Amino acid sequence: MSNNLIEIRNLAVSFPSEAGVVQAVRDVSLDIRAGEVLGIVGESGSGKTVMSLAMIRLLARTASISGSIIHDGVDLLQLSDDAMSKYRGKEISMIFQDPLSALNPVHTIGHQIIEALQIHSEMNKNDALKRAIELLEIVGIPRPAERAQSYPHEFSGGMRQRVMIALAIANRPKVILADEPTTALDVTVQAQILDLLKTARDMTGAAVVLVTHDLGVVAGLADRVAIMYAGKIVEIGPVEEVFAQPAMPYTIGLLRSIPRIDTVGSSRLTSISGAPVSPINLPKGCAFVPRCPAASDVCTVKTPELVSLSPTRMTACVRQGEIFALQDAGKLFQTGPVHVAPETTSDEVTLEVRGLTKTFPLMKGVLLRRRTGSVYAVDGVDLVLRRGRSLALVGESGCGKTTTLIEILNMVAPESGTISILGRNVAELSRSERLGMRKDLQIVFQDPFASLDPRLPIGDAIAEPLGNFGMSKADQENRVKELLELVGLNQSQASKYPNEFSGGQRQRIAIARALALNPQIVALDEPVSALDVSVRAGVLNLLAELQEKLNLSYLFVSHDLAVVQHVADDIAVMYLGSIVESGPVRDVFAHPKHPYTQALLSAVPIPDPKIERTRTRIILQGELPSPANPPSGCRFHNRCHVRSTLSPELAEKCSVVRPEMLKIGTGSVACHAPLK
Amino acid sequence: MSASSETVEKRLTRMALVRKRFARNKLAVAGLVILVAMFVLAFVGPFFGKHSWDSLDFFNLLQPPSREHFFGTSQIGGDVYALTLRGLQKSLIIGILVAIFSTGLAAIAGGFAGFYGGKVDRSVMWIIDALLVLPSFLIIAVMSPWFRGRTWLIFVVLLAAFGWMITARIIRSATMSLRERDFVRAAIYMGIPARKIVFRHLLPNVASILIIDATLNVGGTILSETGLSYLGFGVQPPDVSLGSLIAEGTASALTYPWLFMFAGAALVLTVLAVSFVGDGLRDAFDPGSAMGKKL
Repeated sequence: MSNNLIEIRNLAVSFPSEAGVVQAVRDVSLDIRAGEVLGIVGESGSGKTVMSLAMIRLLARTASISGSIIHDGVDLLQLSDDAMSKYRGKEISMIFQDPLSALNPVHTIGHQIIEALQIHSEMNKNDALKRAIELLEIVGIPRPAERAQSYPHEFSGGMRQRVMIALAIANRPKVILADEPTTALDVTVQAQILDLLKTARDMTGAAVVLVTHDLGVVAGLADRVAIMYAGKIVEIGPVEEVFAQPAMPYTIGLLRSIPRIDTVGSSRLTSISGAPVSPINLPKGCAFVPRCPAASDVCTVKTPELVSLSPTRMTACVRQGEIFALQDAGKLFQTGPVHVAPETTSDEVTLEVRGLTKTFPLMKGVLLRRRTGSVYAVDGVDLVLRRGRSLALVGESGCGKTTTLIEILNMVAPESGTISILGRNVAELSRSERLGMRKDLQIVFQDPFASLDPRLPIGDAIAEPLGNFGMSKADQENRVKELLELVGLNQSQASKYPNEFSGGQRQRIAIARALALNPQIVALDEPVSALDVSVRAGVLNLLAELQEKLNLSYLFVSHDLAVVQHVADDIAVMYLGSIVESGPVRDVFAHPKHPYTQALLSAVPIPDPKIERTRTRIILQGELPSPANPPSGCRFHNRCHVRSTLSPELAEKCSVVRPEMLKIGTGSVACHAPLK
Repeated sequence: MSASSETVEKRLTRMALVRKRFARNKLAVAGLVILVAMFVLAFVGPFFGKHSWDSLDFFNLLQPPSREHFFGTSQIGGDVYALTLRGLQKSLIIGILVAIFSTGLAAIAGGFAGFYGGKVDRSVMWIIDALLVLPSFLIIAVMSPWFRGRTWLIFVVLLAAFGWMITARIIRSATMSLRERDFVRAAIYMGIPARKIVFRHLLPNVASILIIDATLNVGGTILSETGLSYLGFGVQPPDVSLGSLIAEGTASALTYPWLFMFAGAALVLTVLAVSFVGDGLRDAFDPGSAMGKKL
């Protein structure tokens, strides 16, 4: 086939490790066609990054690679490192996940682009500089000539990723490998970068290989998608077809398990049982068997090959013919019962925050340190959480949502404003009352790998708060058993250390520990964002189930709106230290009144190619301003997409007068010109 | 799930798990057995010898090992068997006690300084820096008249008091980074008091450093104790320790090897046994080590 830019044949990559050989990529064959966007989707450890690094030959020396990667009649795997250097950047270029570590901190941006240009072509310094400035302009860096003299640390994350894209397209490569290019970025910035990637593809005509775990990103950008599991491609085909009718059980489960922002009403998500397999000592047969609801005896014996399902699609599943029928019957994966939002919620307020403010001093001077200013991390936040309901605190990184959470958990009088827990103002609590109050408010952290003591068996970890509040040893034993069962773990696992559990299981343990004291409020700090996509659904379903059973109030801090849509009843949207809109999730999502909420919602990718490609997206200009130097008036006015449509007087008001929270309909909004 | 829940085994706490994992490690158990055997030998062994450590046999000077003198005799007719055991008694106790005291002090001072930060940290660091700057030998020399004639156990306290500072600094910086971890914050938000957080969460996570430090301290103390004996204090002649026996015997190691060999072997065996036990403890505490997991 002539239109194949790169033909990967029987690629296998393995690494030696102390526990055994890690089979990162197993027998992968794949074609990359000219000008296409190929999405490679997989969870951590599925081999997607290793495969893309193999294409550009950037793997560690310890890796043993077999198979072939043919580009332009040349097998890239047979080239010497010197010869390969002529391809890197020129024919195949790479965009990394973390743009901070991918750029050299001691050289200016311009210098780095010039270097990339001069290596691959005879170009004098002046021409190269001109071209570098041109490239920076293409990727949307304002004042490119000036910014070319800046160092990477002077750029924000989104801007750095733009520079990376400029570097990647500098030599008009034929293939651009993008490894999780937007994972480290906020949603509104992600939307900008994805848009830019599209532009870059159109301009250079290069094929883009988009490696990601986010099905929504793939749905919006990719032409074809390849799903990887345990080092193998399990399904490949045009995005529309795969998303509309997946054929491999893993893909089916994955597509159904992700919370979507556009589904109204909260149904329980389909959860895939178990955790992703480790690439060491893989079982015989299909690697997905332990988690597959459709597995039969054949599956454990026969390793499925990637075979054609239709002229455009291929699947690796022994039972692929039957799966189609099963899937239509809707019986493949069991979905949990539908979560009904409690209609008869009591109006009892469990947590109330009024006018919370937290500033951090800006210090200057070496010997005599004096305060030169303040960072308004949290600036007048109001929150109300009711019994049995979930309140989501949503915002981009740096907006102050975590600081708000910490202020609440510290249970001491804030700088200004009040925090009341179960009707008691925390400022008035005595030491012992505060200790007693800790029983009622517990937290589940984001990263279950950091939140459990690695040297404490999980039974001891769960029993710790119990012992602290004076429960007898025998009662502790019973309670630990009860809690483990509650979160779906086996009580015989209590004497194991955290490192013997997967991420999803660890998060369940952290939830069990938080529930040990029968709290009334649980703060959830991004409880699923550190977990693999396929295990998120299980944890979210568990949280919903526990809330119903125990009548808990959740304070849910998150940047992921799709997850919020799924679990929360009420929402508070935060921008630069203050709440811009709050109200019931259903109403806010259906009819956002603040322009920022609207932009935020439209930036979240929807994992459905049909919807994702046709909807109009609001792309915000710029990035979150620094809270040390917030804009005057409405803090959002300099990025607002609505302001330009307003009358000059109103637009002027936005930049001068700070809007107050006004009650409109079921919610409140802080905007001079609320939508609708 | 149902199969295993019927045969519910009792939940093991951390201490039970550490004991179990330690017991699985054959080398560590062997080390512990050797160490116990050394103690038994040091305190029970003298009853089986024919001479006491302070009696001199003037008819047998510098004789090689024999039935009469199991380990031979010294230049002045001392029984090397009795002397070695006498030295072993002192050195075992000094070595192990000093190691435990100084590492323990380092753990507590470093752990609390690192956890609390602020004023506590500054004052602990001030003491550490002051002790590091002061020449410890000089202070001991100045104070030695006061100690003369008192129990040699004071000596243990002194050696420990001057040996903990550097480890404490290491522990402090390790706990400072651990303090920021979520599991410590989770403990704080659960209302766990600081004392428990330090002992339950922070110190077990720096156990490897502590154990290695204690292990090295045992051998180091036994040898350095001799140096202090020159200052006229600690174990004084005619009393002996392993350190002093080795120091005296080294000169004639090639001509009269028995003067040196037995004391040296006792020291090597002690240090080896201690390090086996240390390695075993470290693996038992570390859930990531393959050694403890193996059945």
